[in-house]
Amino acid sequence: MLKEFFNQETAPHATNVLVGKLGDILVRAVGKPLDYAINWGRIWSLWPVHLETACCSVEFGAASSPRYDVERFGIIEAFGSLRQCDLIVVMGTITRKMAPRLRMVYDQMPDPKYVIAMGACAITGGLYFDSYNVLPGIDGVLPVDIYVPGCPPRPETLIQGCMLLQEKIKRMKGA
Amino acid sequence: MSSENEKDGQPSGTAESSEDVKSLSKDEAKKFYEEKGIDFSPDAPVKPKPIPQFEKSISDKIASKFSSKVTVDYVRNGRIRVSTKKEDILDVAHFIRDELGYDHAESVSGVDYPDSKEIEVVYHLGSYTDEKLANQVLTLATRVPREEIPTPGKDSSRMTSLREVFYSVEFHERECFEMFGVYFEGHPDNRRLLLPEDWADIPPFRKDFKIKGR
Amino acid sequence: MTTQLPPGIQLENIDDRIMTLNVGPQHPGSGHMRLIIKVDGDYIVSCDPDPGYVHRGEEKMAEYRNYIQNIPHLERPVIHDSSNILYPYCLAVEELLGIEVPERAKYIRVIAAELNRCIYILYWLAIYGIFLGHSTMFMWPAGDRELFIDLLEAMSGARVTHAYLVPGGVRNDLPANFEERCLRQVDYFEKRLKEYQAVFYKNPILISRTEGTGILSRTDAIRLGTTGSVLRASGVNFDIRKKEPYDVYENLDFEPVVMKEGDSYARSYVPYLEMFESCRIIRDAIRKMPKSGSVRTKLKPNPKGGNDEVYKRVESGRGALGYYIVSNNRPEPYRVKISVGSFRNLICMPYLLKGELLGNMPAVYWSLNYWPVEADR
Ligand code: SF4
Repeated sequence: MLKEFFNQETAPHATNVLVGKLGDILVRAVGKPLDYAINWGRIWSLWPVHLETACCSVEFGAASSPRYDVERFGIIEAFGSLRQCDLIVVMGTITRKMAPRLRMVYDQMPDPKYVIAMGACAITGGLYFDSYNVLPGIDGVLPVDIYVPGCPPRPETLIQGCMLLQEKIKRMKGA
Repeated sequence: MSSENEKDGQPSGTAESSEDVKSLSKDEAKKFYEEKGIDFSPDAPVKPKPIPQFEKSISDKIASKFSSKVTVDYVRNGRIRVSTKKEDILDVAHFIRDELGYDHAESVSGVDYPDSKEIEVVYHLGSYTDEKLANQVLTLATRVPREEIPTPGKDSSRMTSLREVFYSVEFHERECFEMFGVYFEGHPDNRRLLLPEDWADIPPFRKDFKIKGR
Repeated sequence: MTTQLPPGIQLENIDDRIMTLNVGPQHPGSGHMRLIIKVDGDYIVSCDPDPGYVHRGEEKMAEYRNYIQNIPHLERPVIHDSSNILYPYCLAVEELLGIEVPERAKYIRVIAAELNRCIYILYWLAIYGIFLGHSTMFMWPAGDRELFIDLLEAMSGARVTHAYLVPGGVRNDLPANFEERCLRQVDYFEKRLKEYQAVFYKNPILISRTEGTGILSRTDAIRLGTTGSVLRASGVNFDIRKKEPYDVYENLDFEPVVMKEGDSYARSYVPYLEMFESCRIIRDAIRKMPKSGSVRTKLKPNPKGGNDEVYKRVESGRGALGYYIVSNNRPEPYRVKISVGSFRNLICMPYLLKGELLGNMPAVYWSLNYWPVEADR
């Protein structure tokens, strides 16, 4: 099986099967060595949900532009359907109208899923701390993994946040 | 001022801080600013500007047509403000569109005046078709009664919608309805636009709606 | 029965032929908004835009902050066009407080506004590329945009949220060698811009998806009160920079771009051509700018506006942008209303999408030059 796993031609398929279906069972059966393999797979395919919430999405767009090119780290490939995503980057202000939708989107994503809170607004409400329609940070709605501060964060900061998330996933349990 | 308040660890509010300024006597404040080398001379008296001719001719047309029904509040360079009663606004708007050539609304804003128990609805009208009017904005204002306890859509703060005259006010009036509770009669679509569906508070842009910590 | 329901909630009849689709807020083909679309087969029979997902109450917040504290949060609605959204605010406050702006500052403001217009249009073009599945058109403008961001970063110190324009002038003077650097980049950019023609505007797929879709006639454009590139693409020659010149635009040499077709293609082509005009303005402004002098008139601490009101408007990347400020002898404004181009163009959406193919929806939607954050304020 290990041979099959490292075989160049069948590797992507085998990884998918591992992560998707047999992952849970195998991990419980085999234990630690597989944790590493599974996490290794996860950190190179962090695909975000296409949900823009406020002005930070401009800098999110800039992060995938040729100058910053965040896809070289295997993260933030901006396409794909909700059901294939494992990362949600909350790009800024969450208003009271958006909050239920945000939770709905999060609930529909398959496990495991990670949350990055991008921008001062997503962390504490930021500039809009006293607005009547803005949530004071999203931690009440979603469990946040990484906070990326700034208003808006520079693309470098976002990249650093993503890499911190990769580090974090590496140390997580496989399942 | 506000930064000083923040240092004290209190939530800063501009309303409070301006009271601080008042609590200093005039002389003290003057000395305070003079020490810092800041100019504290009183505001220069406003010189009356010459009234521009073209704008005056437009406002005269409105005034002569509706004599006592409208008030011309000011005539400035490129800006005219006319206010009228809410019963007459449809006639005035028809006149402005058909005779004067204004053809679209740039914005509809409400202004809340709790002291006089009125909400002012302000239409900013402009023109694309008439080359001469391109730099003009006509401000058409009217006042509707304001209820102490608003029940949007069911109380007396209502006026005639201008949608049949200026089609472009559609979304602006919807916004004004939800932000101030002014119901527009004859508007086909007085629904909520920007606020959350479950908004149960009073309309937020009224002055008695206070935002957090202020 | 329906009259008893609270406002905003309505019952719907179920029809087995018409299907209701919610496009957004989580959808690659919508911004931060929802379009409730009814389709019959592949054709849209009605569209009901549902904005407000980024309604942050800017106008209410502005009533609690003084004229200077208002600057940072008022530029947030369009952070990639932040100079242009602050421009009318500065003009209005200057008129309210009776401040004169130094001559050099006026030119610097124009340069900043035009650089920012390019930044905005390039970002818009990049997203238009994504919406049409054209990845090259995302990469090219997003890359070229960084050149202008560099310039503005050198001017103001911040990447996108500059807060560079302040009542009374600009925050600080230009950095050393700015003129040369700016001219060099503008020259390069113009060359580069011509290449977009071949890859995007002459692309048969783009043409087949945009030409003849979402046609807005001249009369309708006027009746619906549209603004900006949408209006000019329908054959109305209306540009506030020409019709009601503010600051030094009357001395500068440029022509508003007008097209007659009024379809999505024209609406996407007009902003592109406007970038050439912006480059022309920048060049002209740098030539005519006084080479030295003050760039800012200092305000008094906590300035108070009189018992007055002003309405000032400028031409932003999305069209006319006006500020209506009422003051009542207090350091804070009594009421601030931001009349934005996006919100005014929103009214076209139900109108244009009716009868359109569902597949053309993103092309029509984004050609309206609509930025949801700004529209919701
Ligand atoms: S953190 Fe700043 S840039 Fe980001 S959404 Fe909030 S206000 Fe906008």
